[in-house]
Amino acid sequence: MTTPLDASALRATTGSRATRLLGILTLAGMGLLVWCAFWWSPPDVVQKDAVRLLYVHVPTAIVAFTGCLITTVASAMWLRRKSDGWWLLGLASAEVALVFTAVCLLTGAIWGRITWGTYWDWDPRITSTTMLFILLVGYLALRRIDGESGDAAQRGGRSAVVGLLLFPNVLIVHFSVDWWRSLHQTATITRLDPTIEGAMLFTLMLGIVVFSMFFVWLLMHRFRLAWLDERVGALGLDDAIRARRAEAHPPTPEGKS
Amino acid sequence: MFRDAALMAGKDLRIEWRSRVTTQQILPFAVLVILLFGMALDPDRGILARASSGLFWIAVLFCSLLAIQRAFTIEAADGGRDALRLSGLDPAGVFLGKAAAIAVQLIALEIVLAMGVVIIYGARITGFPLLLATCLAATAGLAAAGTLYGVLAAGLRVRETLLPILLLPVLAPVLIAATRAFEAALGGVAVEGWPWCGLLAMFALLYLIFGTLAFGTLLEES
Repeated sequence: MTTPLDASALRATTGSRATRLLGILTLAGMGLLVWCAFWWSPPDVVQKDAVRLLYVHVPTAIVAFTGCLITTVASAMWLRRKSDGWWLLGLASAEVALVFTAVCLLTGAIWGRITWGTYWDWDPRITSTTMLFILLVGYLALRRIDGESGDAAQRGGRSAVVGLLLFPNVLIVHFSVDWWRSLHQTATITRLDPTIEGAMLFTLMLGIVVFSMFFVWLLMHRFRLAWLDERVGALGLDDAIRARRAEAHPPTPEGKS
Repeated sequence: MFRDAALMAGKDLRIEWRSRVTTQQILPFAVLVILLFGMALDPDRGILARASSGLFWIAVLFCSLLAIQRAFTIEAADGGRDALRLSGLDPAGVFLGKAAAIAVQLIALEIVLAMGVVIIYGARITGFPLLLATCLAATAGLAAAGTLYGVLAAGLRVRETLLPILLLPVLAPVLIAATRAFEAALGGVAVEGWPWCGLLAMFALLYLIFGTLAFGTLLEES
């Protein structure tokens, strides 16, 4: 990876052959999913047509929690390696995961309204997913501040530690909420019911695959966008950096952020 | 490490003792919060007595935010944090010392709040050992997680607004577990309190270990 010295060296796009192919596949998969979800699969005996919401709800939940895990792994790797790639992956993954968490909560609320007659219930999964949402918002708020602090060598430790704690915290919150609510109720909605079969099971699995592809596609674009953003920021500083290097002094450690 | 921790805790507590911020500002705020809860929830309908454990821990949570911010503001002036970094103290010791100082203040706060809850809300204590163990375990968890996230937000211009959004979701398990254990200790609901107390101890242990390991990185950056 080289540092480009002028703007023309930057490819002003986040697309590549890989993302285009993945995008086309995702789009085709979405089409198939819509057909499967609305026409091919039968309505549920109990939930009627509301079950069709789960073909979006469950995949987004899985993808959101995976994105959260990726941010934690990326933060850990950044703490080890201090490379820009891991730093940016943490951001990209958390941002995309936030969107999917929002979609998950929204579809869950609509589903709950139809099935339970209420948008919100103190179900362990709803509660811990909402907490995940807030944890992600907090992490991204800190990322924003860390990102603005400029100096690439200085930044990052704070976000990385919060990022590192992101997934463990989600687990602790989930565990405690689960335990708390299990005193009152045990049935959860998003559990993959082993009795689900045939067309419904296939549609659900297809949803998980398609949304995972969609997630990867978004993640790649967001990552490249963040990468370009970094490089653009670096370009403006290039002259100053070269001038400083010319002085051939080792950089003096500055303790302030 | 423990000698550094004792030094750090002694320093923080001495500053608090002399400045009287905890006793003259945070403590009255805590009492005010439980009075305000009483005004918001009709005292005649018995809601207060039933909800007293939850209200108690919400009040502790809010006050701990103040105490944590205060613990890091005292080093903000006159390059105090730079001096701390240069002092050669073990970062793990600094972490444990600051957490211990916060914990001591929170314990004092909880004693006053508990008296307030008993007197003002009419709560009745039935399981005293459980109450004590819950207080200690929850306070250790609050102080450990609070110190970790406190140093993270310290030195940022937006620390007052950033700390709650980072810290409160993390402390949600403490709120849940401490409230359940307190409900058992106050005899309100037939729940088993000790497992919740165990959860609190686990939380505290996890954050103490993680904080001891990670504090060096964060102190360098704050």
